[in-house]
Amino acid sequence: MTKYDAIVVGAGHNGLANAAYLAKAGLKVVVLEKNPWIGGAAVSREIQDGWIYSNCSYVCSLLRPEIFRDLDLSRHGLQIVPYGGGVTCTSSGDILGNYTDHDVQRREFARHNARDGDAYHRYSTDVMRQCRFIRPLLLRTPPDPTSFRVRDIREMVYLSREFAKLGEQVIYDTIRFYTMSIADFLGEYFESDLVKAHLSGSGIIGTALGVYSPGTAYVLLHHYMGEVDGSSGAWGFARGGMGAVSKALASSFKSFGGEIRTDCDVDQLVVRGGKVRGVALANGDEVHADIVVSNLDPKRTFTKLVNEKDLDPAFVERARNFKIRGSSGKLNIALDGLPTFPALGPDNPLRFGDMHFIDSLERLERAYDDWKNGTWSKDPYLDLLIPSMTDPTMAPPGKHFMSVFVQYVPPKIHGRDWTDADRDAFRDTVVEQIARHSPDFKQLVRHIEVRTPRELENEVGLTEGNIFQGELTMDQLLFNRPFPGYAQYRGPVKGLYMCGSGTHPGGGVMAAPGANAAREILLDLRKPNTVPEGWTDD
Amino acid sequence: MTDVQPANKRRDDKVVIIGAGHNGLVCAAYLARAGREVVVLEAAAQPGGAAVTREFAPGFRVSACAHLLYLLDAQVSRDLALESHGLKMARSNLRTVALAADGGHIVHAGGKVESGPVSPADRAALADYHARLQRFARVMGKQHNRRPPRIGGGDRSDLLGAALLGLDIRLLGRDDMREFLRIAGINVYDVLEETFESPLLKGTLALDAVLGTNLGPRSNNSVLTLLHRMSGTAGGDYGAVALPAGGMGTVTAALAAAAQKSGATLRCSSPVARITLEGDRVSGVQLESGETIAAGTVVSNADPARTLLQLLGARHLETGFAERVRHIRSRGTAAKLHLALDGLPEFTGLDGALLGERLVIAPDPVYVEHAFDHSKYGTASPEPVLEIVMPSVHDRSFSPQGKHVLSAIVQYAPHDAGAGADARRGEFLERILGVLGKYSPGLRRQIVATELLLPADIEREFRITGGHWHHGELALDRFLMLRPVPGAAQYAMPLDGLYLCGAGCHPGGGVMGSAGGNAARAVLAAGSTA
Amino acid sequence: MKPEMNHKLHFRTAVYQTPFHPRTSALNVLNEWHRWKDYTTADAYFDETLEYAAIRNACAVFDLTPMTKHRITGPDALAFLNRLVTRDVAKIKPGRVGYCVWCDDNGQVIDDGTIFHLRPGDYRLCSQERQLDWLARSARGFDVSIVEDTHDVAALAFQGPTTCAVLKKMGLAGVEKLTPFGIGFFPFAGGELMVSRTGFTGDLGYELWIEPGRALALWDALFAAGADHGIRPMGTHALEVSRIEAGFVQAGVDFLPADAAVRIDRTRSPFELDLGRLVDFTKPVFTGRRALLEEQRRGSRYRLVKLDVEGNKLARSSYIYDRARNVVGTVTSAVWSPAAKTNIALASLKMPWGRPGDELWAEIYYQRELQWAKVMARCRVIEGAFFDPPRRRATPPADF
Repeated sequence: MTKYDAIVVGAGHNGLANAAYLAKAGLKVVVLEKNPWIGGAAVSREIQDGWIYSNCSYVCSLLRPEIFRDLDLSRHGLQIVPYGGGVTCTSSGDILGNYTDHDVQRREFARHNARDGDAYHRYSTDVMRQCRFIRPLLLRTPPDPTSFRVRDIREMVYLSREFAKLGEQVIYDTIRFYTMSIADFLGEYFESDLVKAHLSGSGIIGTALGVYSPGTAYVLLHHYMGEVDGSSGAWGFARGGMGAVSKALASSFKSFGGEIRTDCDVDQLVVRGGKVRGVALANGDEVHADIVVSNLDPKRTFTKLVNEKDLDPAFVERARNFKIRGSSGKLNIALDGLPTFPALGPDNPLRFGDMHFIDSLERLERAYDDWKNGTWSKDPYLDLLIPSMTDPTMAPPGKHFMSVFVQYVPPKIHGRDWTDADRDAFRDTVVEQIARHSPDFKQLVRHIEVRTPRELENEVGLTEGNIFQGELTMDQLLFNRPFPGYAQYRGPVKGLYMCGSGTHPGGGVMAAPGANAAREILLDLRKPNTVPEGWTDD
Repeated sequence: MTDVQPANKRRDDKVVIIGAGHNGLVCAAYLARAGREVVVLEAAAQPGGAAVTREFAPGFRVSACAHLLYLLDAQVSRDLALESHGLKMARSNLRTVALAADGGHIVHAGGKVESGPVSPADRAALADYHARLQRFARVMGKQHNRRPPRIGGGDRSDLLGAALLGLDIRLLGRDDMREFLRIAGINVYDVLEETFESPLLKGTLALDAVLGTNLGPRSNNSVLTLLHRMSGTAGGDYGAVALPAGGMGTVTAALAAAAQKSGATLRCSSPVARITLEGDRVSGVQLESGETIAAGTVVSNADPARTLLQLLGARHLETGFAERVRHIRSRGTAAKLHLALDGLPEFTGLDGALLGERLVIAPDPVYVEHAFDHSKYGTASPEPVLEIVMPSVHDRSFSPQGKHVLSAIVQYAPHDAGAGADARRGEFLERILGVLGKYSPGLRRQIVATELLLPADIEREFRITGGHWHHGELALDRFLMLRPVPGAAQYAMPLDGLYLCGAGCHPGGGVMGSAGGNAARAVLAAGSTA
Repeated sequence: MKPEMNHKLHFRTAVYQTPFHPRTSALNVLNEWHRWKDYTTADAYFDETLEYAAIRNACAVFDLTPMTKHRITGPDALAFLNRLVTRDVAKIKPGRVGYCVWCDDNGQVIDDGTIFHLRPGDYRLCSQERQLDWLARSARGFDVSIVEDTHDVAALAFQGPTTCAVLKKMGLAGVEKLTPFGIGFFPFAGGELMVSRTGFTGDLGYELWIEPGRALALWDALFAAGADHGIRPMGTHALEVSRIEAGFVQAGVDFLPADAAVRIDRTRSPFELDLGRLVDFTKPVFTGRRALLEEQRRGSRYRLVKLDVEGNKLARSSYIYDRARNVVGTVTSAVWSPAAKTNIALASLKMPWGRPGDELWAEIYYQRELQWAKVMARCRVIEGAFFDPPRRRATPPADF
C-alpha cells in the first residue's frame, strides 16, 4: 500500500485548498471524501433535470482573492459574477433596497428616514475601518497570547502595532464592534426600524444569536469583510453554482499531482506511539501518512474521527462543549418561470440580489426566540436569491433556480430529532412567507429540496448543520478558534492538523483556514512555504 | 482622540459634589481629607442616594434599592475607617438558598453545597467553578482602585496601566488565562450548561449573573457582570454576600459621617437644577431653589446621561461626545418589592433557620431566559425571578416586634413598559405574589403592607436615568476605558472642572465606593500639578 | 425631497435634471455632463477656455442647484450654528454670508460651506457634502429646525466683471450696493429673487437663488440682460480653474471629509488647511474646540500652501520634495493660471515645510504625444490668492 505524505479528510473547499498548497510544496497528498461528490458545503448538484442547485452555500464574497489568484482558479474554470441589488419587502407593500449607486442608495434610505440616508455614509466609513483592520489577519495564524515563544510574541507585537495604528478612537470602536449587539450598534447610526432590520440580517445569518444578543455586530462584519474585485462587502455568484469553487480548487490540486478519492468514508484516525500514522476507512482499509489534516468541524474531528483514548479527557470535554449550533436551513427550489414580486415592480434591478421579508428588529428577535424554544421560526428571516437570473447555467432558459436560506432552524425540535412531518411543516412556513409577497410563486414551483440541520449534518457532515463549523462568538474567534491553545491548526496529537472553517478565520467560503493550515504544516516539515501572504491596505 | 485632562487649576478650588450617594460621599471624604473645601448637595432629605434604609410602612423599614453588600471597596473602608463610623455587618457570608417549589431546595455558600438534591459531580463542579471565578474576579477586583488606562492614546501612565492590567491577566497562569479570555466575553448560560447538571443550581447561578442588568442568561456579557458582582470581598470573600446591620443606610450613614468629620459640608434637600458655566469651564451649580453655588470643580455622582445631558446640557459639549453619552444604555429592568409581614413566613420544605439567608427563585436557566424575553419587547415577565432577603430576621431595627420585612429584587420589569405603567403595577404585583405563593403558600395572608418600586419609580425617587441601578449597562463595550463612554473614562469630563464619580464610571455599579475614590484622586491630581 | 425621489420607483431616474435643464441642455453643444449628487451638471458647454475667459473678462453663468442646502430656523438657530462651526456666527449679521468649516471632536474638518443669514434668526447653510445626519446629531439639546431644501431652491452662480451691470439691467434696483458677502432680495416675476455677492471664482460675482418654478424665467431674464455684456454658460471645468486661482479648497480634493476617512490619519484640521482665521477660540464651545486648542499647543501636522511652480508643466498629484529630496507632501490641486500666467498648485505639506522661502521641488510627470517625461520643478510658496482683482471688493462695482 502506498504511503502518502499527507491525508486530508474531507473534500470541502478548505480541505481542497489545504491539499493544493501541500501538493504545490511537493508533498504526496490524498483527499478522502465520504460522499460520491466533492465540495462539502460548496457544491452544485443537479437534483432536478436541467437545474443546478447550490445546495448549501449559495453566494461568494469571502473567498480570498490572494488564494484565487495564487492557485490560478480562473484557469481552473472559476468565475465569480457579482450581483447587484438586494431588498427588504415590508408587510405594508413598501421596499428598502440596496443600490450600488451611492446617490440612489442615499435616496432609498432617505425615503424611509431623511437622516438615515446620510447616516449610511458614516456607518459605511466605520465598517470599512474595521474591514481594513481585519482583512490582513485572515491569512495569518493567530498567536497564542499565553505563549512565550518568539513567534507568538512577534505576532502579538505585530497585532498590537496594527491595533495601535488605528488610533485611540477606532480602537474603542473596534472593541465595541466585537462585543455589541447588531441592534444596539445600528441604533447608534440609524433611526428607522426598517433600515435597522434591513441591515441587521448580516448579523444573524448562520448564527444562534438574536439581533439583540451582544456579539452579533461582529457577525455582520464577518459578512462585510469580503469583496468582489476590490468592491468591498460585495457578494457574487460562482458561475455554475458554489460547486464551481470546489471544482476549481480540486482541479488546481490535481494539477500539482494530488489525488482525490470519493466514496471513501474515513472511520478513524490511526494513532500509534502518540503519533498519527494514517486513517482507517469504514471498509476496513487503512491509508497511511504521518500527517492527517481534518477538514471536518472540530467537534466531529475530536468526538468521531479521533478515538477518545488518544486524547486528554479535558480536551475531549472542550471539544464536546464547542459551540456549533444548528441555526439555519435552506430550501432549493426549481421554478417553471420567474415569480413576480408586486412590491418591486417588473423592472426593478433589486430582484437580482438577496430578498428579505422581515421589516422590524422585533420580528427578527422573535424569530430567534422560536429557535431558543426549540422550534423553527414561525416568521423566519429569509435570504432569498434567484441565481438563474444572473447565471444562465443554473436552469433551462425561462426556468429558474431559487435559493432560500432560512434563519432560524434548530438542530432538534423540542429536544427530539426532526421528523419528515416537521420538515414538511418547516417547508410550508417558508413557502407561505414567500407566497405572501409573490402571488404566483406557488404555481411556479416544480421541485423543492428542503435542508434542515438534520440533512446538512447527515449529508455534509456539519455537526448540528452549523454552516460556519462553529459559532462566531468571542470565545471561538482568533486565538480562541476552535479552542484556546489550539488556534494554530495543530491538533493535540502529533501529525494531526485542522483546516476547516472551525479554525481561524472562520466560516464562509474563504479558503483561508485551509491555506493557513498548510503554511503551519509546511513550517513543521521545514518545507518552503507555498501559501501567499495577505495583501495589505485593501 | 480629544485629551480630556482638564487644564491645571488652583489647589484651593472649592468642590461641589452633586448627589450624596455612596460614591459622592466617598469622593467628598477623600477630597476633604486632602484639604479641599467640599460641599455635597443631595436632592433627598437624607444622604445615601439609592443606598438608603427607609420606612415603607409604619414601623417597617427596608433598604430601598440594593439590599445586600458584595462590593464595598476594602481600601475605602480602611481609609475612611467606616467601622468607627458605625458600619458593621449583621451577617457575612450569607448562604444562598435556591428555592424549589417542591421543597427540594439547594443551599450553598462559597462554592460549597451544604444541602439539597445535588449530585456529587455537581458538588465538585461547583467548588471548581466557584474557585475559578474567584480567581478571575480577583483580577477584576485589582482594577477597582485604578484609573482605567487609555489605549492608543494618553501618556506613560496609561501605558503602565495597560501593562499592569495585562500582567494581572498573565499572572493567572496559562490555563486560567486561556479560560478567562474564552469566557469573559460570553454568556453564563453556556458556561453553566458546560459545567452543571442540576437545573435548579444552574438557575440560581444564572440569576447571580443577570441581577440588575438588562441581560438574560443567554446574553453575552453575562459572565462579565457575574465576575463584576464577585469582584469584591465585602461579604467575607470574593463573591460573598453580607447584610449590613441597619441596612444599606448604615453604609452611607458611615460614609456621610466620615465625610463630615473630614470637613465636608453636607446639604440635603438641595436638588441641583443645573451646572453653571463661565466661558469654557464650569463655575458651579444652581439649585432648583434658584440659589447658585460657585465652585471651580463640580463632581457629579448623578449618572452620566443625567449629568451631561440634563444638568449640563448637550449644547455645552462637543457633538461626538454628547452622542456617545446619549448612547449609554440605561434601561432599568429590576423592580424592588417590599412586603411588611405580620410574622415570619414559611417556605415549603425550608428550615426556618434558613429564612435569614439569601433566597432565590430561579428554578432553571430557561425560566430566567423566558423572564428576560418579555422585557425585550417592553413587557414585564409573566413569571419573574426573585432575590429575596428578610433583614428583620437578623436585625430587629427593621420591623416591630414579631413582625417581619421581606425585600426582593424582581426581574424583569423594563423601564419603557409604556403608557399605563402604573395601571400595570397591580398586575405585576399579582404575578410576583403568584410566583411567591408557589414557594410560600401562606405568605399572601401575612402581608400587612406592600411597596413595589418599578424602574420608573426608581428613576423618579433616586433620579437615575432609566431607573438603571448601575447608571448604565455594564458590558464589554462599557467597561474599563469604555466606561462611561470611550475616551472619557478617567473621571474628568471634556469640560474643564467637571468630573463624574458615580457607578456610570469605572468600575461600575454596586455599593462599592471605588469610583468615588478614583474620581477624588483624579480631581487632586489635576489640582496638584498646578 | 422631490416627490419623484420619494417614490419607490425612483431608481428609474438615477440622475435628475435641474430646473434649468431645458436651457442648459440646449446650450450644451458638447453634450458633456457628469454627476453632481442627485443631478446632472455640465462639464463644459462649447469651449471651456472661452467659458473661463468669460469669468475673468465678462460674465458666466453656472448652474448651482445641486449644491446641498439646509434651512436652519428656530430660537436656537444661532446657538446651534455657533456650536457647529468653528467661527463666530454671531458676527454674520442678517443679510450677510460667512464662509465656515465644521469639525468632528478631533478637530478634523468634516466639510466647509457658507452660512447665509437670510433674515434675523433664519439661516441657510450650504455645504459641499451631505450633512443632514451630522447636523441632526449636533442639534440635540437645541430648539432648532433643520430641513434639507436642496431641491426646493434653484441657484445660479453668476460671475465676472460685467455681472453687476447685467443685474442692474435686469432691473434689480440697488444691487450695486451689495458689498462682498452681502445678501439682497428683489421682486422678480411675481416672486422673490435672492442675490448674494458670493462665488467660487475669486472675482466680482453673485449667486442667484430662486424657487424652481421661476428658474427658467430667471435664466431667460439673465441671458437677455447679459446679451450685450458677453454672457456665457460655464461648466465645471472653467469653474475649477478659477477656483484654484482664487485659492479655495474643495472637499474630497484638497481635504478628505473627516467622516469619510477610513484611514484616520488622512484628515486635516482647519489650521492644516490654512483656515485658522475661521477658528474663534473666544467661543466657549464648538465641536473640535478642545482638540484644536491642543493642536495649537502642540503644533499642526500639515500645512496647506499655495505654490508657484517653475515652468509650465502641471504639477497635478505631484510629490513635493525638500532640498535633500525627501518627500514632504503632495499637490492636491494644480492648474495653469491663465489670469496670473503662472503654473500654480495647492499642496499639503508636512510641518514644518511650506514656510515662505523654503526650497521645494515638485516631481512632475507629463506626457507629450504619448511619451512620458519627468521634470523636477522648483516651487515657491506664495501668500495670498494667485489672482485677486480689486473689482472683487469694489462697491459699487464698475460696469466692467
